[in-house]
Amino acid sequence: MRRAAGIGLAAGAWIVRLVAVVLVIATFNFALVRAAPGDPAQVMAGQSGGADAKLLADLRAEYGLDQPYAVQLARHLGRVMTLDLGTSTQQRRPVLDLIRERLPATLLLTVTAFALALLLGSTLGVMAGLAAGSAADTAFTVVSLVLYAMPVFWLGLMLVLVFSVWLDWLPPFGYGTINARLGPWRQALDLLTYLAMPAASLGAIYLAIYARLMRAAIIEVAQQDFVKTARAKGLTATQIVVGHMLRNALVPVVTVAGMQAGALVGGAVVVETVFAWPGLGRLTFDALLQRDYPVMLGVFLILSVIVILFNLATDLAYRLIDPRMRARSA
Amino acid sequence: MDRRQFTGGLLAGAASLPLGAGRAAAQARGGTLNVIIQPEPPVLVTALNQQQPTLTLGGKIYESLLKYAPDLTPLPGMAQSWEIAPDGLTYTFRLFPGITFHDGTPMTAQDVVFSCMTLLMETHPRARNTFRRVAKAEAPDPLTVVFTLKEPFAPFLGSFDCTTAPIVPKHVYEGTDFRKNPLNDRAIGTGPFKLKEWVRGSHVHLVRHDGYYRKDEPHLDEIIYRVIPDAASRTLALENGTVQLAQWSDVEFYDIARLKARPNLAVTTTGYEYFAPLQWIEMNNRVAPMNDRRFRQAVMHALDREALAKRVYFGQAKVATGPVASRTKFYDANVRKYEYSLDKAKALLDEMGLKPGAGGKRVEIKFLVPPYGESYQRSAEFYRQSFARVGIDLVLEATDMAGWASRVGNWDYQMTMNLLYQLGDPALGVSRTYVTSNIVKGILFSNTQGYSNPEVDRLFDAAASAIDEKKRQELYTKVQQILVEDVPVAWTLEIEFPIIYDKAFKNVVTTAIGSHETFGAVTKS
Repeated sequence: MRRAAGIGLAAGAWIVRLVAVVLVIATFNFALVRAAPGDPAQVMAGQSGGADAKLLADLRAEYGLDQPYAVQLARHLGRVMTLDLGTSTQQRRPVLDLIRERLPATLLLTVTAFALALLLGSTLGVMAGLAAGSAADTAFTVVSLVLYAMPVFWLGLMLVLVFSVWLDWLPPFGYGTINARLGPWRQALDLLTYLAMPAASLGAIYLAIYARLMRAAIIEVAQQDFVKTARAKGLTATQIVVGHMLRNALVPVVTVAGMQAGALVGGAVVVETVFAWPGLGRLTFDALLQRDYPVMLGVFLILSVIVILFNLATDLAYRLIDPRMRARSA
Repeated sequence: MDRRQFTGGLLAGAASLPLGAGRAAAQARGGTLNVIIQPEPPVLVTALNQQQPTLTLGGKIYESLLKYAPDLTPLPGMAQSWEIAPDGLTYTFRLFPGITFHDGTPMTAQDVVFSCMTLLMETHPRARNTFRRVAKAEAPDPLTVVFTLKEPFAPFLGSFDCTTAPIVPKHVYEGTDFRKNPLNDRAIGTGPFKLKEWVRGSHVHLVRHDGYYRKDEPHLDEIIYRVIPDAASRTLALENGTVQLAQWSDVEFYDIARLKARPNLAVTTTGYEYFAPLQWIEMNNRVAPMNDRRFRQAVMHALDREALAKRVYFGQAKVATGPVASRTKFYDANVRKYEYSLDKAKALLDEMGLKPGAGGKRVEIKFLVPPYGESYQRSAEFYRQSFARVGIDLVLEATDMAGWASRVGNWDYQMTMNLLYQLGDPALGVSRTYVTSNIVKGILFSNTQGYSNPEVDRLFDAAASAIDEKKRQELYTKVQQILVEDVPVAWTLEIEFPIIYDKAFKNVVTTAIGSHETFGAVTKS
């Protein structure tokens, strides 16, 4: 009961901090985005192959770009407080709608990649750590270093080459077969075939990181006195690893995983581009190119919130893994 | 049918096509065409947005009164016939009967008048340049439209392609805020295909408009435009048959040869006659040493443009001779030639007093590289190496689209490169770059380099309002000769973008606007 109350209190404090942080982030993003030279009206005109003064004036007036920065910032913060992220200058649709359309694809991709990397990485790390110094461990080290060093886009293209072009097992890109009238299960399976390569490309580098971390942690934990004690007590190897070593070894992995949640979304931009995956990363990239301020600010804000939530999850995960953290906050 | 069966079916279809089956193929009905669209258009209403992908996709949904043959001769579009009064002021169009919008409402002459004189005047700069010359537009009956011009404007008849004058439904737009109209999402036009679904970031699905007025058209059941942001993935999609058509810069120039080698793919450079994209090095004429004509001439001599076409554009370009592209009306090759000659370039620079200093360097120029893809970056590198040989040291500056547009529009640059469409007639797509009246700060694709020559202004004005074609040719020949002497910009290449398509599809390129065309006539064998 006390444990639940402690977690609840910490979560409450986090939410208060979240609102404050969101407002600071919104202001900072606004300043950052406007610091870059360039005018979205000019971009739109440029891509249309021609413009005149009237078109530029109309566009600037429509999106309030002709107002002083202070007025624009005040309007922006006012909208953020009411959960209105404005209207895209390019698509002329509410930013919240655009994000709502794209968020599921990105969440599916990043969460799958993250889960794959964490589960597989940790498992491989434990196995390598337990067999430290063996030939299998050396092979593991080489493979994980290669995965870590490989650029995400290149890995993606190589996967396409192998699994789509040579073997013809998986579709090269997309987000489900267009126009296929499938039942819910077939549809999920269909989506899975499209998800496999993007998730593998995005997850590979993190898999390598988590596996390396886990290996090092297991080797270190194996030297601890409590492991020797457990062995002396006659526990089986599985009991020692699962019941004692893993919990301790997970702390650094969870810390890094939490910190890298933001980077994962960043990596999604590249993967979504290579695999034509219609997610938030692509929306961000397009908005950056088009200088679509409302979309940029909206996406940055949502991503900031996601990163903050990931950090919250990391914090909560500590408490579950490590009883000392609970004791400290109590 | 899954992906592989579909692709296999396509290939088998192509292989089993007997000789002489063209006529049967032309009458075939059914089939799906998958096309690359990149980048994804922000909206599909071409009256509101004229970016290339919007026009490519919107061209299937929206139509205009005319089409244009590859030699730019007008052909019937929604107008079955037209007359021009001898004074060149009155244009009368007669529409085909039975044209309906995708919502089932009949399209009438009132819609044409509303589109051209109200909506496009508000939203479409290119159309505004044409229709501002109209004194009055009338619809004496539902199938007749009469435009009366304030003064003769020869290229008026060249302004009715679906990219310049798309016809929109008056009953949907009248009295509304055009850009915010909620029905923009439905993209209601009269074209052979109508919007079924748009999954943003993924694809746009068009299906047959059953009420289409050309009775046998469209032949295809559906067209799916697929958003594929990565260039390597786009080439791959063509290779493995996921898509069957690509256009403009969908495929990087270095990949075209690879695709040409595939037996099931056809690659053509026709279908760009209306646009005839012309590329040049833009030099800010206000800034020394580019304010000196001799420097600009030296730039022309210093550049091996044949090599540029071969090395950077992999042969998908030809050397430009001046301000008018060879595929555009009134082109005249009889102008001064700037052969590749480092000696001539150096002599001109010497004459200016730009003597070589340490390391042979005469002058340092900042070159703003447009962020429009690989070929621009490679071109800039090519220029830097070429100019270094005559002592012009180019310092390449990187920027993003917004930065480039803003700096060039506001004349805040020394040298950059640009690519403009000719739009079928020098009065529509050429004069805008050179006339003094179009030196307007803040406007991209105007006379941003700041060139001014009263004689050039006079000739362009006279040619635009002359009715007699011979007289126009005479005036445009003269203006081309003056401009090539003056070199306001250094014309480099006419870029020959490809249209790449699966040979199972016929009638893909039939007019001067190529892949922007309606595709009503496209068949799948």
